[in-house]
Order: sequence, then structure tokens, then C-alpha cells
Amino acid sequence: MADELLVVEGLKKHFPVTRGIIFQRQIDAVRAVDGVSFTLNEGETLGVVGESGCGKSTMARCLLKLIEPTEGKIVFRGRDISKLSRREMRPLRREMMMVFQDPYASLNVRKRVGFIVAEALEVHGIATPAERKRRVQSLLEVVGLNPEHYNRFPHEFSGGQRQRIGIARALAINPTLIVCDEPVSALDVSVQAQILNLLKDLQREFGLTYIFIAHDLNVVRHISDRVMVMYLGKPVELASRTELYTAPKHPYTGALLAAVPIPDPALGRLRQRVVLEGDVPNPINPPAACNFHPRCPRFHEGHCDVDTPELRNVAGHAHTAACHYPLEKWPMTPEEIRYDRSRTAAVGS
Amino acid sequence: MTALLDVRDLRTQFQTEDGFVKAVDGVDFTVESGKTIGIVGESGCGKSVTCLTIMGLNESRNTTSSGQVLFNGEDILGASGSRLRSLRGKEIAMIFQDPMTSLNPVHTVGRQLVETVLLHNDISKTEARGRAREALKEVGIPRAEQRVDDYPHQFSGGMRQRAMIAMAMINDPKLLIADEPTTALDVTTQAQILSLMQKLQEDHGTAIVMITHDLGVVAETAHEVVVMYAAKVVERGTVDAIFTAPQHPYTWGLLGSLPRLDAEIDRLAQIPGQPPSLLNPPRGCRFHPRCAYVMDVCKEKVPELMGVSHDADHEQACFLDEETKTREAARLFAATMAAGTSG
Repeated sequence: MADELLVVEGLKKHFPVTRGIIFQRQIDAVRAVDGVSFTLNEGETLGVVGESGCGKSTMARCLLKLIEPTEGKIVFRGRDISKLSRREMRPLRREMMMVFQDPYASLNVRKRVGFIVAEALEVHGIATPAERKRRVQSLLEVVGLNPEHYNRFPHEFSGGQRQRIGIARALAINPTLIVCDEPVSALDVSVQAQILNLLKDLQREFGLTYIFIAHDLNVVRHISDRVMVMYLGKPVELASRTELYTAPKHPYTGALLAAVPIPDPALGRLRQRVVLEGDVPNPINPPAACNFHPRCPRFHEGHCDVDTPELRNVAGHAHTAACHYPLEKWPMTPEEIRYDRSRTAAVGS
Repeated sequence: MTALLDVRDLRTQFQTEDGFVKAVDGVDFTVESGKTIGIVGESGCGKSVTCLTIMGLNESRNTTSSGQVLFNGEDILGASGSRLRSLRGKEIAMIFQDPMTSLNPVHTVGRQLVETVLLHNDISKTEARGRAREALKEVGIPRAEQRVDDYPHQFSGGMRQRAMIAMAMINDPKLLIADEPTTALDVTTQAQILSLMQKLQEDHGTAIVMITHDLGVVAETAHEVVVMYAAKVVERGTVDAIFTAPQHPYTWGLLGSLPRLDAEIDRLAQIPGQPPSLLNPPRGCRFHPRCAYVMDVCKEKVPELMGVSHDADHEQACFLDEETKTREAARLFAATMAAGTSG
């Protein structure tokens, strides 16, 4: 397709675990990202969800080459950027920016807002200082701040306003791709709604492409066109937002959806809660084959712990999931979710 | 039946360099045994300070509190330190938001549990250890016999919160105050912790005060809800009343600004602006600078909590007439409701 902006193939990032002080030898690796592939079209929003420690943020940092990926290809506008040096990356950095989670930690407390937003313009040598100032002031207005805030310091702003500064900074050099790493998780609901609306408006206005990382499934549903669910460094399901939320196929996605509290007491009482047992395993030593099998209600001995499921088409077009026994319908009761050998054997063969 | 906890006109203010901060400004609510009351509001609205005041945990140097906190009919707001110490951990227990910072990292989990038991019970150390093991088992920690000797850092986030709950419940308290107990946890862990708390409540008949900013959590766990804004209660009612027929524009804003799992909404309703500073709160109704329905009277007079005519248990503090409110609430939620049923 012509409008593919970013193609990621088999992306991996393993952090070495070493022992010894002088002779450091690698004894193991943390498989933070372990084989992620997806395509991102221009102008769309890809939501990435998963529990903490599933590699969402590491993947984002790899995509922007803020850390070097261990393996895999990242093709941006038809060009493989995974092997580029820092210098070769520099012109490309104008195209991709990032908005960070913590608006308190991601702004330099000693610099004025004007400098923070203009820094990228300066680095790329765009415009004269006077033009830069005008551009920054108009950007501040675009994100809903007062242009007079130009000379203020970050501590003079509230959390929501700081996140607006972070967004203005990301917009400064007219990027095409913005990676938002949990941009609203530190904010109160009323402010969160303001920022989400702002991000949507900006996308419409400037034709931006977003990768939106969050652990809050409600937020991801609201902002994304397509959603990728990650578990232990691997994507387990990738589908359009409507399909993923109304007809999830992977048991993990189902468990995540079932765990989200619904702000409607009547609906909440009707719903059967499927509580997932246990914790996310250690990514140094992930379970064999399907990573999810020790917690999975549909676990099938001798299959799920031996044969690794690949992402494959499970329903409709481009609804992929990595599971041998995808869910047949949604919602399901806990009894239905539990694997039934006779039924699956009949359907499976 | 008299309420287990009856908070009346609670006020707490802190003295700071810039003046007095009225962090809690006239809060009333009651909790009955076996029930859960949810206190919701944005950060800085006084939820946590309310609970710290109930527990008598505010720093006394710069804090003044007034009002009444009746626990089983006894006013514990002005109680002596020794009386409070005998209540805390025994009759009233608290769970905090961050389980890592509220467990002592240099003692084993078991030792911390034993300490809680020995403080309030005249039993031997061996017996106390037995109870600690039982408590860990009850909250669903696998291999409790061995894990009791682990340090907090050897536990995962969810297990630490379970250990915190075990510690809070070990003396079978009548009242449990949970301050954002699941905010730091993932959704799947959150679901585990919430159902654990519900099970413990059913088994022990504990009353729970649940502080949270997550309306979903409140909807699933609470029987009654108190909505706070800028140190005051703006609305109070049963969970069904608050979520199906909310009466205060701030509650509308909170519900409207929520992205929903069960509905696709193109644009969220947002509350403009920021919560006000409590050093110098707005005159009149504290919500008026952000309110879309503001009238002249809102800028001058402070609205009192008043009953809603058709529901005796539902109270709200807003000058709008009921007819307008019913109409507006219906209009605002028509979109969500329609999308919710179809989606």
C-alpha cells in the first residue's frame, strides 16, 4: 500500500544480564521486546496496551531509535532505519517525536517554556530566532495555552498544562509520527479528557499519525483506530478497535477486558467477572511456547506449552491473534472460557 | 441501626507559609457495618486528608481539625494518643496506595504482620506467627508458609498489596479505610484485589471507606458514593443514583469525561480549566468558574447540601432547579446510554 508510514518486522530488544566485575560475561537476557511486527498507515492511530513490564515503552523507544534494537527491521517511509547511525538518523528525527508519560519529569525545570518548545527548531536549524518565537507562541495557542506563557518556567504550570507543553514541543517541527507513551496516565479524569480531545483535534488538523501507548483500555479504545495487545514482549492480538473490543479472540485480551471496571453499576452487576490468576512472569525466563499458557483458562497441555502460536488471521480481515484456541464469542462466562477438550477437538480438526 | 462511622461537619486546615489551606471544609457522611462507601474526586480535593483526619494521622504541629468523628458513638477526633493507638490497627485499619512505600523494606512481611498482632493481642509469638500465616493464606498468597519469611521486595506489586490487606485485616477491624488501594496496579491485578476485598467484606462484615479517583472502581465496589470537589461534598447518594441520575454539574462532568469501554464516543465532554487552589477558593459555589450552568447566585452564595425530592438518600449542592437538572442529565447521558446498549 502506498500510505504505509512505518513497517516493523520481528523487532527484538534484549537487555543483557551480566555477571562479574572485570570480566563481564552475559549470563542471560531480559527479553523486553521479543518479536513485534506491525504496519502503521499514515494518519491512523495504533493503540498499544498491556500490563506494566510487557515491553510497550521499550518498543516505543526502539521505534524512534532512542535505544538500539537487538534484531528486526524498522522501515520508515520505505527506508530501513534500524541500522542507521545516530548521524544518519538526525534528519529523520524531524519526522518523529515523542510525548512522555510524566509531565513533571519530562520538562527541564531550569529552562523557560519558550526554550523547551523551540529547542527542536533550533537543533534542526529551522527559522530565525524571531520566527521561532512567533512559531512557539502560535503553538502554545494551538495546544490551548496562553502565548504569554512563553517566558514562564514549568513549575508554574499544573500537570495538564505541562502535558500541553510536552505536546507543543512534539509538534514544533511538524512531525508526521508522534509516539505518545502513556500521555494521560498521570492526569485526573477531567484533565485527561481535555488532553485526549486535544490529541484528536491535532490529528485532524495536521494529519498526524500516532502510536498511543497506555495501560488504560478505555483510553485506548477512545483514541485508537487499531489496537495491539502485548504480553511479555510479544503482540498477542492486533485488530481494529471495534473488533478488538466487541469480539476479542485471544484469552488474554478477554481477561483484560473483563477486568476493567465499568462505570455503570447496573451493567457491572450483570457482568461475570473473569479474574486472571497469578502475575506476569519474569521476562528473563518466560514460559515455553505460548507465554500466556500458565495463566490461560484455555490451556491445552501438550499443545500450548510445546508449540508456539504465531500471529495469524482469526476473523475478518486483519484481525490477528496468537492463540491455538481463540475465543469463539464474546462475552463469555468463566465456564465457557475454560477449555473444553471435547468441543475443541471436534472443531479443531 | 446506628452507623458505625458518623462524620459530622469535619473541617481540617493546614497552616502554610502562604496562609491557611482548608483541605476539608465541612464534610458529612456515615458508614454502616458491611457497607462500602466510595469517596471520589480529583487529586487535591481533600479525599485523603478526610481519611487521615478520621484516623488522627495528620501532623498536629500545623493542622487544626473541627467537627465530629463518631466511631460506634465515640468521638475519636479529639481522642488521646493512647486511645487512638488502641483503635488503629485493631478497630480501624487502613490500606495505602503504594504498597512498596508503606511496607517496611528491612523487615520480613511475617515480622510486620506479627508486630500488628502482638500490639493488640496478649498471645505468644508462636501463636502470632500462626495467625500471620493464616492471614497470608486468606488473602491468597501461594505457599504462605514460606512466603511469610520473605522481604517486601521479593513480592510482586499485587502480592504486596495483598500483604497490606492481610496486615489490615489481621485483627478483624470493624472499619477499613482504603486510600486508592488499586491505583498503582494493573487492571488484572486490580480485579484480583477488588474481588478479594469484597470477599473479605462478606466474610467479616467490615465497613469499607474506599477512596479513589476511578469511577469504574467505585461503580463496582461501593454501595454509596460521596463526590468531593475542592474540599466540599457536592453530591452524595446510592451508587445507582449517582451513576444513573446524577444531580450536580461536576458529577456530570466527571462521568462525561470518562472514555468508556462499552461505548464509542467521538469527543469526550470536558470540564474546562483546573481545580481551584484551596488557599484561595472561589467565592460562592467553588465549581462556578468551571460550570457551564453558572448563574449569578452561584457567584455569591455557597450552596448547601440538600435532599433531592424524589430520593431521600440522595443529596446535592447546586442551585439549579430540579427540572433543569433532570432534563440536562437525560440529555447529557442520552448519547452514552444509546451507544452503551448498542455497542
